[in-house]
This record gives sequence, C-alpha cells and structure tokens, in this order.
Amino acid sequence: MRLIKAEWRRLFKRRFTRYMLLIAVLVLGAIGTGMWFSNQKTGPAQLAAAEQRAQQEYQQALAGFRQHCAEVQQRSDVDPGEKRFCEDPQAGPQPEHFQAEWYLPPTFDFKREFPAMITLFAGILALVGFVVGASFVGAEWHSGGMMNLLLWRPQRLRVLLTKLGTLLAGLLAVGLVLGAAWTAAFWAIGTYRGTTEGMTQGTWESFALTGARALGLVLIAAAVGFGIASLGRHTAMALGTAVGVGVVGIVGVAIVLGEMLRLPFWERYLWPTYLIAWMDKKYVIEEWRACEFVMGECRPATLEITWQHSGLLFAAVVVLAVGGAMWSMRSRDIT
Amino acid sequence: MAAVIEIQGLRKTYRSLRRGRRQALDGFDMVVEEGQIHGFLGPNGSGKTTTLRTLLGLIKANGGRMRILGRPVPDDLPAVIPQVGAIVESPQFFPHFSGRVTLSLLADAGGVPKTRVDEVLEQVGLRDRAKDRVKTYSLGMKQRLAVASALLKQPRVLILDEPANGLDPAGIREMRDLMRSLVDVGITVVLSSHILGEVQQLCDSVTIISRGRRVAAGPVSEVLAKHSSGSVRVRLEPGADLQTAADLLTSSGAAVSVEPDHLMVSGVERPAWVTRTLAEKGIYVNELTPVTADLEDVFLQLTGTAPVPGHHRQVDQSAEVPA
Repeated sequence: MRLIKAEWRRLFKRRFTRYMLLIAVLVLGAIGTGMWFSNQKTGPAQLAAAEQRAQQEYQQALAGFRQHCAEVQQRSDVDPGEKRFCEDPQAGPQPEHFQAEWYLPPTFDFKREFPAMITLFAGILALVGFVVGASFVGAEWHSGGMMNLLLWRPQRLRVLLTKLGTLLAGLLAVGLVLGAAWTAAFWAIGTYRGTTEGMTQGTWESFALTGARALGLVLIAAAVGFGIASLGRHTAMALGTAVGVGVVGIVGVAIVLGEMLRLPFWERYLWPTYLIAWMDKKYVIEEWRACEFVMGECRPATLEITWQHSGLLFAAVVVLAVGGAMWSMRSRDIT
Repeated sequence: MAAVIEIQGLRKTYRSLRRGRRQALDGFDMVVEEGQIHGFLGPNGSGKTTTLRTLLGLIKANGGRMRILGRPVPDDLPAVIPQVGAIVESPQFFPHFSGRVTLSLLADAGGVPKTRVDEVLEQVGLRDRAKDRVKTYSLGMKQRLAVASALLKQPRVLILDEPANGLDPAGIREMRDLMRSLVDVGITVVLSSHILGEVQQLCDSVTIISRGRRVAAGPVSEVLAKHSSGSVRVRLEPGADLQTAADLLTSSGAAVSVEPDHLMVSGVERPAWVTRTLAEKGIYVNELTPVTADLEDVFLQLTGTAPVPGHHRQVDQSAEVPA
C-alpha cells in the first residue's frame, strides 16, 4: 500500500504526465469548441432558408441548361445526340436534384455522430497513455530512480507490477473523468447546436460499451508502452518501436503484402484494421481485385474482422510486452 | 564483535556478445565488523561496485555466500533492507523533482515518517536547497542528497560508494565528521573510496580488492604494518660519500638506493645495524628515520597499480592474486 501511494504521487508529480494530460485536455477542448461553432440547431427558419436556396440553385442550373440547349439547337456542327438530349423532357436539372436538406447548416446529431467522437477520444487518450506509460518507467530506468527504489524495496516484480498497476489505475481514473466530461460536452452540443433525438436505453448501452472499449484501448496502449520501455530500460525504446511499427509497419506491409505479393485481404495484416474493428465492433475487408476482370456487376469477397479478433491480438501484444518486461526485470542485472 | 556483513567466495561473471566473458569477482571474501568504519578499496574495475551491487540484490551472483546482519542475502534482503542504507556509484535522481520530493517519495515507499526527510536534509546540509530541482544541484549536492536518502531509514548499516566524490574540501570534512558521528551512535559504515588518505584517517579496518579477489584485509594498522617495507632513510655527515656508504651496506646484505642527498635502506631488521655497520668503517650517520608506509603505498603495492614512468597503465591492469 505504501508503494502504491508513493507511485501514485510519483505518477502525478511528474511534469511529463501533467503536460501530456494538459495537452490531451486542450486538444479535446479544441475539438469540442470547433464542433460547437461549426454546428447549429436547425429549425423552421433554417429549413425555409435551405428550401429557398435549393430552389435558387435549381433555377440557376435550369437556366444554364436551357441557355446551353438553345445554343446547341442553333449550331449545325454539334453531335445529333446532344440535340436529342436537349429535346428530352426528362433531361436537364430536376427539382429532386436540389433537396433542401443539403443546404441546411451542419447540425450535430448526437445519436449518429457521437460514436465517432468516442473513437476520436480513444485515439487521443491512447496516444497519451502510450507515451505516459513509456515515460513513467523509461525515465525511472534512465535516471537511476528504479535502482534507488530497489535499494528500498528489493522486490523486483512487485515494484514493476505496482508501477504498472498504478499507471493503469491513474489512466483509468483520468479516462473516466475525461470521458464523462466528453459525453457531457457533446450532449450539450447536441442539445444546443444539433439534436439529441432518438436516444434510447439501448443506444446509451451501446455508447457505454463503446466507451468501455475506448478506455480498454487506452489501458492497452499504456501497458504496451510501459512494457516496451521497461524492456529497453529507456522511454526512447517504446517511442522508437511505436514509430517503427506505426510507419514502417503500415507502409511496408502495404507495399510488400499488398502491392508486391498481392496477398488477398492483405489489410488484415495492418494494425489499424484491428483498431477500427475494436472501436466499431467489426471491420469488413473487401477484396476488389477479384473483380478486376469481371464484366458487369461484381460483389467482392469479404473478410470480417471483429472486435473479438482485435481483443485477442491486443491481449497477445500486452502479454508479450508486459511479460517480456517482467522476465527482463526478474533476470537481468540492474546496472 | 559480531560481523554485520559477511561475504564468502563471491563470484560474478559478465557475459556479452561484444566483450565476451569477463570475471568481475573471483571468489571474493569480505567481513565487516559491527560499529566500525570499514574501507573498501580497489582500483577502477577491480569489482568494488559489483560487490556492493551484488550484496544489495541489484546483480545476481554466480556463486558464493553473503550475509547482512546475520541474514542470508539476497533471499532475506526484503527483511533486512530496512536496516541498510546505501548509495551505489554516482548518485542518480529524477532531475525534475526537488530534493525534498525525491526523499519524500522514498519515505513513502519505505514507510518512513515524513519528519525524517527534513531531519536528513538538515543533517547533510541541504535544508536551504530542498525545494530546488535536483537538476540544478551540483555533483556535490547530489552526493549529499544520496547520503540523505541512505540515512533516511535510520539504518544500522550504511554502505557508501564514493560518498566524497564531487564534494569540496569543506564537504569532505563534513562527510568525515558525519560518518564519525554515525559510528558513535552504533551505525556500521562501509566506505568505498579512492581518497586513501581519507580512508586511512577515518577507517578502523579495510578490505583491498584487485581483479575480483581480496588482496588484503584487517585493521588499518595491521595492514600497514604487514605491508611496510621496513626501510630507513639515512643522511650522513656533511662531506661523507654516499656511494661508498651504499656499497658498504649493500655488501653487508641490505638493499640500498642512492638518492640525491640521502640513502634509502631496506631489508634490515633493526635500524641500529645501519649505524653500527657504517661507524665501523668511519662513516657517521647524521639522521636515521624509519619510513612507515601509508595506505596509498600499500594499496599501490598490493594492487600493482603504482605508476611506472613511460608506461600508460590500462584500467584492467592490476595485480592478480593466485587462487
């Protein structure tokens, strides 16, 4: 308990943790503010204005078409087909091509759009979780703090796991608070700059489950960052691995598996596929190459990646990173 | 007197792909008695820090036995560590925390009352800089902070690796006084240092290590006596020929070196023999001074690290004692 208290203080005393959380709050705040000002509530006045604008656009397009056809009829050097097209009463702009709703100002539909906001929230906090997790243990190794601590508590695995547990608990607490604030903010945006209609018990439950997966993603990212940094005994180890996997992993896989080897469903080897599947519950990969030489309609073969697949992959990565860190902590000398 | 630290046959081999196999400790033995300041000496790379790290559970030994306060370590280290304060090698702390925060976090982890933090800051002279970040500290101040962290838990055994490193002369004296005061209240201090004059002045006993093995151990006075060469400095009456006197003593069985204004004679049991031998040939001695070895001489002799003109000694070149 004493060690947990000390690690909890250490986590939130660190400037890096504070700055990263501040940056996360500022970015989330900027997104929320942007959404507030880029949306507005639509009522009869906005609908009337949109209908008027749709009508104006239609009339302008119709006038342009008629002028064009008049010129076509007077000229002798044009394609007869074009003349026939101008004589067709069904040709040219139609009123249904200019629907009023397309001219409505953007409005925030909480039920439809909030899931994407949860994913955005998860992405930002997962990034913060990864670097905070990596730095929390990496800086300890690099600065000699870990050795000092082990001179007080010579129980290597207990020290490492307490640090990890404290980190995850801290991020969970921060994630819950920020998640509640994020939901409240977008509920307010929906209420005052859009709509919150259509929300049911089931919708809330679905949002809660998506939110739970979002927090899970944050904790997974933090644990992986922590594990890799501890394994390499330096924050840079985790950041370098992240850059390597992030850039080389995506570009390299796309070039080698997708373009050179032309493997079917090669997207399944990209890690972002699993992130999307985790947050959206599933991700369907379509194999369009099968349609390359097909005439007429072609339905591509599909492969469905579910959030359970993602969960298994994430669990394996966490076990590898944290398990490796534990093995290293137990067996390597502290120098 | 009970032994607070016992090390027997300690072995440690480092293996790496680049440097291959390197034997850092090769059956090393050490005993530290209670209530003493024990000097732990050795050239760079001789195995001092490896020994201390191994004793404190930071490095795993390949063989040997160790006990602290009668308990086998590393097995019983968690039980015994609350009574052991230690700094190993250069002091390293998280640079963005203040001295007080650094110590209070350690106090939290070790269940030490917070009041101890201010006590030890006062004790090591960091009271007025306690709120400053560690990155603004000089090496000497970091060293003081390291000593403060070791004192925080009111240890029975204090292990200090180069505690005077980076300290100014006043700081070295303060550190010396601090260690004496700690011993006065019953704390045993193990002091690894290269400042041999300081060690000779301060320590009750020493262990000297070279290439992973103990080359000397015991009370400082005994180690000095055992390894003194028994030489005497001889000055003759003005006008006497040094070379004639040297030849006379050499032919009588002594080892003599001729210096510009005196002779250094060794290999004699009693200094009076020199006087008598020379007087028999009409040469009279003006000054006869037994030369006592200091710890530096003994250290250089035992570790084989005395500088040789024109020769650049490498860090791993030191004396190896036979198994």
